[in-house]
Amino acid sequence: MNRPDQPDPHDGEEPGRGPRDGDRQGDHRTPRIPAPRSPVEDGGLPLPQVPGAPPHHVQDARDNGDGGSRGDGLDHHVLKSLLGAWALSACSAPEATAVEEHLGTCGPCAEEALRLRDAVGLLHPEESLDLDPGLRTRVLESCLGRRPPRIPLPEWAAPYDAETARLDALLRDIGDAEWHAPVRLRWFEDDVPVNRKTTVAGVIAHLLAVDGLVGAALGLTDPLGVDAPPVPDPTRRTETFWGASRFPPTRAVREPWRDQTHELIRTVSFAGGGSGRLGVEYGVAGARGAEGCRTFTVPLRDSMVERAFECWIHAEDIAEAVDYPYEPPSPRHLHHMIDLAARMLPVTLAERRRAGRAAPSRELVAAGAPGRSLRLEVEGVGGGEWFIPLDSPGASGSAECEVAHIALDGVEFCRLAAGHVAPEEAAAGQMGDREAIRDVLFAAASLSRL
Amino acid sequence: MPKDAPRRWDRRMQQRLAHGEAAALGELYDHFASLVHGLAHRVLGDVAAADRITREVFTHIWENPEAYDPKQGPLRSWIAMLAHQQAVRRLRHTESAALADGEGTPEDLERKVHRASAAARADYIVTAMPAPLRAALELAYFQRRDYRQTAADLGVTEDEARRRLRLGLQLLATAHDIPAHTEGPTGTTGYGRAL
Repeated sequence: MNRPDQPDPHDGEEPGRGPRDGDRQGDHRTPRIPAPRSPVEDGGLPLPQVPGAPPHHVQDARDNGDGGSRGDGLDHHVLKSLLGAWALSACSAPEATAVEEHLGTCGPCAEEALRLRDAVGLLHPEESLDLDPGLRTRVLESCLGRRPPRIPLPEWAAPYDAETARLDALLRDIGDAEWHAPVRLRWFEDDVPVNRKTTVAGVIAHLLAVDGLVGAALGLTDPLGVDAPPVPDPTRRTETFWGASRFPPTRAVREPWRDQTHELIRTVSFAGGGSGRLGVEYGVAGARGAEGCRTFTVPLRDSMVERAFECWIHAEDIAEAVDYPYEPPSPRHLHHMIDLAARMLPVTLAERRRAGRAAPSRELVAAGAPGRSLRLEVEGVGGGEWFIPLDSPGASGSAECEVAHIALDGVEFCRLAAGHVAPEEAAAGQMGDREAIRDVLFAAASLSRL
Repeated sequence: MPKDAPRRWDRRMQQRLAHGEAAALGELYDHFASLVHGLAHRVLGDVAAADRITREVFTHIWENPEAYDPKQGPLRSWIAMLAHQQAVRRLRHTESAALADGEGTPEDLERKVHRASAAARADYIVTAMPAPLRAALELAYFQRRDYRQTAADLGVTEDEARRRLRLGLQLLATAHDIPAHTEGPTGTTGYGRAL
């Protein structure tokens, strides 16, 4: 795309121009080219300062020492070289006058001047038109409807595909400085809200480090390389990644993050929908390194939904930090996320019970049999109804055994599960067993982590 | 990055699209949607119309990935050309309908189409021109620096600043060179290999 050798109109053939050119050349001496855009002084803006007298480029003997700001005595070559600056009103007033006088006598320069001045009219400030995020879905669906893909995206990877694309579009629009805007990450730990300060770039580094866990399950290269901690603990990985450089992350982190998201989507597409059953190992590092750590395995299909959820939640953190609007995910994708959180609640309740953070079981039933349940009603598009077995993850949720009922908005539920809303403050309609309600709300908040 | 890496990316993308990889289509969209939408919006001045052109262009590429010839230039140029053609065609269509309803003259229509077409091509030329030229124009036009200040800001000689401003405008002026009536399915000029 480089064209360093754009032909000089004076050196080569004349490109085709309007009919009025040529025949009138030199037949009048007044400038026939209207002046370029209004001078700066008409616009109420400060006049560009004319620097005093650097001796240069004025090749005429009449140069009397006040240098290039004066327009008199400039030769054709210099005047021609000034045409761009003239068209942009970016030369001194004497130079502009000299150029305009020259245009009355020099046909080729007059033609070029006209052409360049018209070109200035084509310069626009770059429009920053935010693309409607829904357009991506509509365009891709329309394409895939016309020609079904041979290698489709697994349905459970679609939220991750959409959320990473939305975040990337936001990142594309923000300036260098905004990458260093402070962001406060918030979550719940031991039932109290905690937070951690980082920057926009730090958040992307966090997503890159944790997405790398999923990549590892698929055999992709770990972005942490040899620094990767032995325990697949998201928090530990993030701390390692943040600490690996002496300098805070910059916008340079966007590309490796985006490349990895694309690589993940591509890899699960080739692996096919059945790969959703593959296991992704997560770990929680113990207080003393590998000692006391525990790991658990999450199916890839859930893991990808969880990463989509994190991507959205952190995109909101970023959007808030740089003062951009950001919408919730599409209803279909939001539903996947709510469903995952709801499915994680029974096991989380059991863990909390073991830790003494939730009420003891009241009635134990045979595995798979209906047990005491809380009806979680999530309102709004993407919502639905879930029955959460309260006493054991082995029991099945059941409408007949409903002892409590929570009703809340889908986005509010997600913010609760992200640790952005305190369980006591979640705007939720509550009916029935207060202990069950409290336990479930706290269990939802405890799903959050860095 | 090696000089031919982008071309390799272009060829690889074409193969993946031909192979029917939905993930490749998503990546293609992520790379080029704002280019396509921006050009279409410049021509048509309407978001809904630009959305529609975006859908049409990506559908066309997805259905005909083999239509791209890497030897003719970068994928980006080809996609810009498709977006431009499609948008100008749409503009001509809607304006012709208005003309049939007695609005304006055929000359008005041609002028309008030409103006919109040149504006869109100019946008593309600015983004595709060598960065030093773009930086000089940016300073002189948007920051209202004179050429001496531009030279100082860029750390180049005043001769060089004048050269860049002139050359930048010369490139930009080529946006006007294609008469609107010759723009059709074969009119690829303006998005060729040079830019």
